Amino acid sequence: MPRRLASSLSDEVLEHVFSFIQSDKDRNVVSAVCKSWYEIERWCRRKIFVGNCYAVSPKMVIRRFPQVRSIELKGKPHFADFNLVPDGWGGYVLQWITEMAGAYPWLDEIRLKRMVVTDESLELIAKSFKDFKVLVLASCEGFSTDGLAAIAASCKNLRELDLRESEVDDSSVHWLSHFPETYTSMVSLNISCLGSGEVSFSALERLVSRCPNLRSLKLNRAVPLDKTANILRLAPQLVEFSTCTYSAELRSDVFSNLAGAFSNCKELRSLSGFWDVVPDYLPAIYSVCSRLTSLNLSYATIQSPDLIKLASHCPSLQHLLVLDYTEDSGLEALASNSKDLQELRVFPSDPFDAEPNASLTEQGLVAVSLGCPKLQSVLYFCRRMSNAALVTIAQNRPNLTRFRLCIIEPKTADYLTGEPFGVGFGAIVEHCKDLIRLSLSGLLTDCVFEYIGKYAKKLEMLSVAFAGDSDLGLHHVLSGCESLRKLEIRDCPFGDKALLTNAAKLETMRSLWMSSCSVSFEACKLLSQKMPRLNVEVIDERGPPDSRPENYTVDKLYIYRSVAGPRFDMPPFVWTKDEDLALRLSP
Amino acid sequence: MENSVAYEKATELRLGLPGIDEPAVLSSVKNNKRPLHDEKSGENGKSAQNETAPPSKAQIVGWPPVQSYRKNNFQQAKKSESECGGIYVKVSMDGAPYLRKIDLKVYKGYPELLQVLENMFKFTIGEYSEREGYKGSDYEPTYEDKDGDWMLVGDVPWEMFITSCKRLRIMKGSEARGLSCSGV
Repeated sequence: MPRRLASSLSDEVLEHVFSFIQSDKDRNVVSAVCKSWYEIERWCRRKIFVGNCYAVSPKMVIRRFPQVRSIELKGKPHFADFNLVPDGWGGYVLQWITEMAGAYPWLDEIRLKRMVVTDESLELIAKSFKDFKVLVLASCEGFSTDGLAAIAASCKNLRELDLRESEVDDSSVHWLSHFPETYTSMVSLNISCLGSGEVSFSALERLVSRCPNLRSLKLNRAVPLDKTANILRLAPQLVEFSTCTYSAELRSDVFSNLAGAFSNCKELRSLSGFWDVVPDYLPAIYSVCSRLTSLNLSYATIQSPDLIKLASHCPSLQHLLVLDYTEDSGLEALASNSKDLQELRVFPSDPFDAEPNASLTEQGLVAVSLGCPKLQSVLYFCRRMSNAALVTIAQNRPNLTRFRLCIIEPKTADYLTGEPFGVGFGAIVEHCKDLIRLSLSGLLTDCVFEYIGKYAKKLEMLSVAFAGDSDLGLHHVLSGCESLRKLEIRDCPFGDKALLTNAAKLETMRSLWMSSCSVSFEACKLLSQKMPRLNVEVIDERGPPDSRPENYTVDKLYIYRSVAGPRFDMPPFVWTKDEDLALRLSP
Repeated sequence: MENSVAYEKATELRLGLPGIDEPAVLSSVKNNKRPLHDEKSGENGKSAQNETAPPSKAQIVGWPPVQSYRKNNFQQAKKSESECGGIYVKVSMDGAPYLRKIDLKVYKGYPELLQVLENMFKFTIGEYSEREGYKGSDYEPTYEDKDGDWMLVGDVPWEMFITSCKRLRIMKGSEARGLSCSGV
């Protein structure tokens, strides 16, 4: 019998070939070809991505992949960003760090998102991984500057320390000073989330001056304007920079120092921060604007005319984050100036005010969709929308891959016709065939879900709020969206039927979140019994769901697939079908 | 008519011990206030809609979906805005779908303020006279003062205006006409 091709190549050759395959999806496919490829691949896999830290246990990962160098873990569900997940729900990283400390002495990259990271975990990282290089803590919490001090003191080869949007407790330790004088390896430092007490400015200056490879620096708000200029002069090679507080009044000496410092930065491509900026200082950055590809003004309270002036200096923009102060006029100017724009995010300046405080309507988005042929990713908060505008946007930009629209007032109808937005979002999913992420808002009936189920075949993540009429809506999505991985729903009349009918679908997805919907605890128990590889967590702080009347609907429901079985660190307000108290060990 | 007014007053819900004069009675005795149209008149349905402050909404948890990180940081920014000593008031114009906010401290007097309002909302204000208010245009700039009364912009000295003005409203059309008489 002729030898199969797969075994005619030596293991070393195969391993070398596999080293060119970086994507997880491709690696997973490779490992499924045959047993020997599975074996070779698992020994040479260096990077692991775990989208839900409870989907698999650290021991299982270590057993299959013994030589990992880089790991990325995500914890809490996305809606935790909006305070929908109670404190103490979970997402603790300590057990992972403990296991990996023993198994992966050469681990050099840890990236975490929405996880609870304690000082103990950080100290363990500092102690255990000799060549540690990259630490990214995105939207994490539970640690203080003590933990950061341990990292600074021990990680001689640290290249990246990124604390984006994390909550850090101030323990009054001057942690930056813990980087030894011999430490020079920093490439990327993001401390924009830290408060004023937590950064010693002189230590920061000394650090920046001795790290010649520093490419990305994101400072926190407390660094004053004149100091910014000093920092920039120490690091003219920066590619990414986040500015700090702008002082209240224009001082010409500070201005010219700042402008001079910026003009030295020939490599600068990305700017953010701009907290409390006074428009008079903006011209200081004009010298770098023509090269900027990324600009984040979403914390800047500057008004439309100044934004328009600024944007007109930035023809190479690919990514723009901005507040609704930009108004339709600002977006129209953007549409005519920035033809390379790929991503636009417009945030609300006054999200809780019943009345609009800026003239930003659907017109701005329509203008950008028409004027920017490379636009792929949109996040847009506004107060009015029409089906006609959505259809226009869909027809203008079939290349959209991410479309997240938030009409601020729930259940707002089309302001022109009074109709729900089925037609508009239907056009989006029909025309934008590569759409992978969609967030809906406004008045919506089951009709829109029918369109989504029919057309959104590549959709991976869907967010729904205050929409739909019946279980049919949820059923359309679960039965139609073949690529769906994450579904998050709040305040919709979706219940037991759709969930139980589509139980098998849930195992093909990463997770499903449903809060303030119409699912009963009985259905949750039934689902859990039917599907042993799903963890069905009922999150309810009001007390044991079992003791409630029959027609009681659960407050919050989080369902995720897992090969690790039920987790051991559930807090008292998370209920599963198992009454086993042993499952309630403390983390 | 007097009887109906008395009936209204007697059945009106208010805070305070019975028998105490309502503040409204006291303020109408204050001189120099040019009364605007009766706020409770429902003649022009649209005006009734515009003038009542929107009821403060019970905030829905987690909506709109703005990250708590962003919310916290932006609140800090806005706090420092007011700490800078500015006098920020909202400005609305009848018929415009949005409000603006301006810092009264930035302006030196009425002419500058009115110019800014004209530019902001793209309209023209008429000629001001103490006796007849604004003539020559459909619009009249008004403001709500500390007592909750709606006054015509320009009636009081500038310094008094910026300390007592709570919000501005550019009134349009017939309601604006009701400002021609001065004093009670």
